[in-house]
Amino acid sequence: MNTAVEIAGVKFKNPVMTASGTFGSGMEYADFVDLNKLGAVVTKGVASVPWPGNPVPRVTEVYGGMLNAIGLQNPGIDVFIERDLKFLESYDTGVIVNVCGKTVEEYLEVVERLGEEKRVDMLEINVSCPNVKEGAIAFGQNKDALFDITSRIKKVAKQPIIMKLSPNVTSISEMAKAAEAAGADAISLINTITGMKIDIHKRKFALANKTGGMSGPAIKPVAVRMVYEASHAVKIPVIGMGGIATGEDAIEFIMAGATAVAVGAMNFHDPYATENVLNGIIEYMERYKVEDINELRGIV
Amino acid sequence: MSKKIKKEARVISQRMLSEGIYDMWLETPIAKDVKAGQFVGVYPVNKATLLPRPISICEVDTEKSAIRLVYRVVGSGTAEFALYQPDDYIMILGPLGNGFPLDKAAGKRAVVIGGGIGVPPLLETAKRLSAMDGSDKPASVSAVMGYRNSDTFLSDEFLNFAKLFIASEDGSVGTKGNVIDAMKACDVPCDVIFACGPMPMLKGISAFARERGIKAYLSLEERMACGVGACLGCVCKTKSVDEHSHVNNARICTDGPVFDADDLDL
Ligand SMILES: Cc1cc2nc3c(=O)[nH]c(=O)nc-3n(C[C@H](O)[C@H](O)[C@H](O)COP(=O)(O)OP(=O)(O)OC[C@H]3O[C@@H](n4cnc5c(N)ncnc54)[C@H](O)[C@@H]3O)c2cc1C
Ligand SMILES: Cc1cc2nc3c(=O)[nH]c(=O)nc-3n(C[C@H](O)[C@H](O)[C@H](O)COP(=O)(O)O)c2cc1C
Ligand code: FES
Repeated sequence: MNTAVEIAGVKFKNPVMTASGTFGSGMEYADFVDLNKLGAVVTKGVASVPWPGNPVPRVTEVYGGMLNAIGLQNPGIDVFIERDLKFLESYDTGVIVNVCGKTVEEYLEVVERLGEEKRVDMLEINVSCPNVKEGAIAFGQNKDALFDITSRIKKVAKQPIIMKLSPNVTSISEMAKAAEAAGADAISLINTITGMKIDIHKRKFALANKTGGMSGPAIKPVAVRMVYEASHAVKIPVIGMGGIATGEDAIEFIMAGATAVAVGAMNFHDPYATENVLNGIIEYMERYKVEDINELRGIV
Repeated sequence: MSKKIKKEARVISQRMLSEGIYDMWLETPIAKDVKAGQFVGVYPVNKATLLPRPISICEVDTEKSAIRLVYRVVGSGTAEFALYQPDDYIMILGPLGNGFPLDKAAGKRAVVIGGGIGVPPLLETAKRLSAMDGSDKPASVSAVMGYRNSDTFLSDEFLNFAKLFIASEDGSVGTKGNVIDAMKACDVPCDVIFACGPMPMLKGISAFARERGIKAYLSLEERMACGVGACLGCVCKTKSVDEHSHVNNARICTDGPVFDADDLDL
């Protein structure tokens, strides 16, 4: 049975990845999951300098999911390379580094720094975080801005790049096409859907940031639809995510057109979620006598 | 630090301790290696609720491999927990957080201070402090517990381990006012404080300790998602740069919930 998948020439032992920001750099989950079993660890967004993030409360539960407005708190690229990449060195898993910035120059700085790091297999460019005021999503909601930043990053990147798309757009196909036309090696989606919750007892917003990004099982049907649309609009590989909790969920994304999948908020519900998703995929393949996971891609 | 696990625990017993407050003993391997002041994440079975509920470990029985949780019903998760019966199984994640640094009480007059639903973790804290011997032994152990009214749940159990002082907002029991009022009115002997409770109380304790040059260790609360340090949802402001993100934001679930008051920017 083959579970290995390939994206832009990079081989992953299976299609199960971690969704950026929900798994740290793997350190916090090493008590629960054998990181060597994962297709890839996708790390928390990293910027050129440390970012303090948003005020608390930053997280709140909603029906079937959660809202977060972390605001991309991160230690900056120096500490990230020293500590997080060093930690991942001892594991036999794919390493995808998620990159964020407020200006194109800031993205370029991080991408260039990572160019020298042999341990990094791919870069995922976050142009879709709804929780920071500048940058990020501003690049992900306008196809010309997306084209521009993608082509500029592509020029300096030493590793293949994945553009991470926002669901908070009118046409995901247009955005996917813009990323592909600008030279992206792959796309990933969906980032969180902008939402809001009001605490009616306190008569206040549940999050200090007022709005937050929604994730978890409740967003899965939206994510599956968008992965389907995007993967039919472009030829480059698609990494699908949004509410994946089980192997069946992962298979659904693969059938919609995803080459690989990522598990996000469900890590908080179940720290073993990534391994369980992988086991569920294998069970499905055994049950339906699927020889190669790649046979299922886009089958519907 | 002991390995964290997520595993079903067997309900040994559950009772209502006082109006809306429940007292549950769970059999779990987590009990083997727990520090006073650590907590667990408790999962509701309702599929619409994703996140574990952080609940402090109130007491530990290592022999029976059991932990005790005392919690107030405030929402859907805790309402569900209150329905559990003996021999039911409930999913928990832990042990989480750092716990109180009990070694700081060696030779000192230690005071545990709890306010409202912050009282539970101080029971195991007082128990362990009173059981210490040799050079770790505190000179004395006092407990100052603050309540709204005469519902002074758990306070009687502190009598086994500490000299007990009570404050109530309505004056129905002990000193009228808050825990600081009781500390002052009763002249509670104090060189080091371990506290858990609402933020205004913790701020008051922090100021009190600073004025008198006393060390205080405070257990904080914040909305959490992962409980294991990955999501960066549960941060608090610290005076110096934190070890994780280098931005003066410590993670309450992992770097805390207990912090040296001198390190916090409350
Ligand atoms: C470290 C720590 C230790 C705690 N120890 C205790 C304890 O020993 N006894 C006790 O009664 N309570 C304790 N709490 C508070 C307890 O976590 C909440 O009362 C509980 O999560 C409420 O869940 P719910 O589903 O009933 O409420 P809901 O309001 O329905 O919960 C919705 C969401 O908000 C979160 N939430 C609601 N209130 C709080 C709160 N005060 N703090 C953090 N998250 C909250 C829930 O976890 C859940 O994700 C502690 C909190 C923390 C952070
Ligand atoms: C707490 C939290 C933090 C996140 N941080 C990032 C991030 O730093 N960069 C990023 O590209 N996406 C981030 N995301 C989005 C996830 O990677 C993912 O796209 C989204 O949550 C949908 O998947 P899910 O429903 O499985 O969580 C974050 C999501 C959550 C819940
Ligand atoms: S709850 Fe996720 S970092 Fe503390």
